[in-house]
Amino acid sequence: MKKLIVITLLLILGFYLMSTFISVPFGAERIAGVKDYYLKQSPETLKVSNVVTAIVVSFRGFDTLGEVTVLFLASTALGSILYRRRTHHSGLNPQREAVVSSTLVRTGAKVLFPMIILLGAYVFVHGHLTPGGGFQGGAIIATGFLLILISYRKFFINHNVLTWVEALAGTTFVLIGIGGFIFANQNNFLENFLPEGTLNNLISGGVVGIIYIAVGFKVGAEITGILDTLLTIKEAGLNPDEN
Amino acid sequence: MQDYLTYSVYGSAILLMLIGLYAALVKKNLIKIVIGLSILDAGIHLLFVAVGYLNNATAPIFSETVLDKNVVMADPVPQALVLTAIVIGFGVTAVALALVVRLYRKHNTTNIDEIKNLKW
Amino acid sequence: MGIGSIIFLIGALIFILVAAIYAVIQKDLIHAVIATSLISLALSLVFYILQAPDVALTEAAIGIALSTIIFIITIRNTKRYESE
Repeated sequence: MKKLIVITLLLILGFYLMSTFISVPFGAERIAGVKDYYLKQSPETLKVSNVVTAIVVSFRGFDTLGEVTVLFLASTALGSILYRRRTHHSGLNPQREAVVSSTLVRTGAKVLFPMIILLGAYVFVHGHLTPGGGFQGGAIIATGFLLILISYRKFFINHNVLTWVEALAGTTFVLIGIGGFIFANQNNFLENFLPEGTLNNLISGGVVGIIYIAVGFKVGAEITGILDTLLTIKEAGLNPDEN
Repeated sequence: MQDYLTYSVYGSAILLMLIGLYAALVKKNLIKIVIGLSILDAGIHLLFVAVGYLNNATAPIFSETVLDKNVVMADPVPQALVLTAIVIGFGVTAVALALVVRLYRKHNTTNIDEIKNLKW
Repeated sequence: MGIGSIIFLIGALIFILVAAIYAVIQKDLIHAVIATSLISLALSLVFYILQAPDVALTEAAIGIALSTIIFIITIRNTKRYESE
């Protein structure tokens, strides 16, 4: 009975969604003023090749600042939800050390780890030229750390280092934004105040590249922190009496 | 041909959203509910990117070959929105799963019907 | 959009829908999570065809790898099978 009601409601919702979106034909040319503005301004005044990067970092940079803050809040909330007093602070749990991954996995992880980190760094350094950027590069770096975390059980991430990386990256973002108030032409938050350079060079786009590198460090540190917090609860789940 | 594509792309995105919502509304298992929410997320992302696509468009990235010609480019604004939405979705999923683990520790079950404290 | 891209797009969309239905009805949660990961894989290919390479890269890194692994960690900490 409940399923029937839910399906009926969902069908009604689907009908109205479909009849709304059918008025915007797939792929047809339509009037979108803001798109033309961004596509014109991004290569001409900002000198950023990747328009998505220009929107994320420059035109709507304030949104990105809020988004990075949301990710930071998620990582903090995760730590506080799963909080459990640790018996020793070294992070080495005897139960966790007892499980050893195979030699193949460990050797493969050792070979792959520097390459994954290099790929992540490449993706966020070239964020304003090619597809990619801080979010993607940070996620790739976190994947590399995940590989190491699940293949070397003794590997231990120092959360103080993560906190410092995160804090420094966030401070860089805000300081560059405030720099726009002081040095830029129109005194706006996050406005470009460095020389733009030439289009399609690595050093171009002014502050956009620097901000995306900071975002890359911040996202990488935050996602690594989330994964480490989730992975260390594993041995805690083995003895459910201790609550 | 165009109508056909419109119906199939938008229709499958909306169907994906409805499947995710169905799982979140009907299923009793907490992890299944979170899986349903992430399917709902995927459907919304597909819908947004499909709205931003234009016929014979290229990706909104300028290079030496694209710069001079007067090319049509896909709408970059929904792409930027979806880019941020995916990362936020990951954070939301992580927090939801942490809550699931916490509830399991307290009640020793992941079935919402067996968690009696929520009823009053 | 060429005819090859259209055929690939329709195929990927059908794959996504089948994987989503499988993920919802499957009782073994590990299988359901792998099906969600496959949804992300096909979705990142669809984003690439729809000229959104940035979004495709994000979906590939986060949807396929990181999201799947946090689900699997949670399932290891709780129960693997969904009970009626």
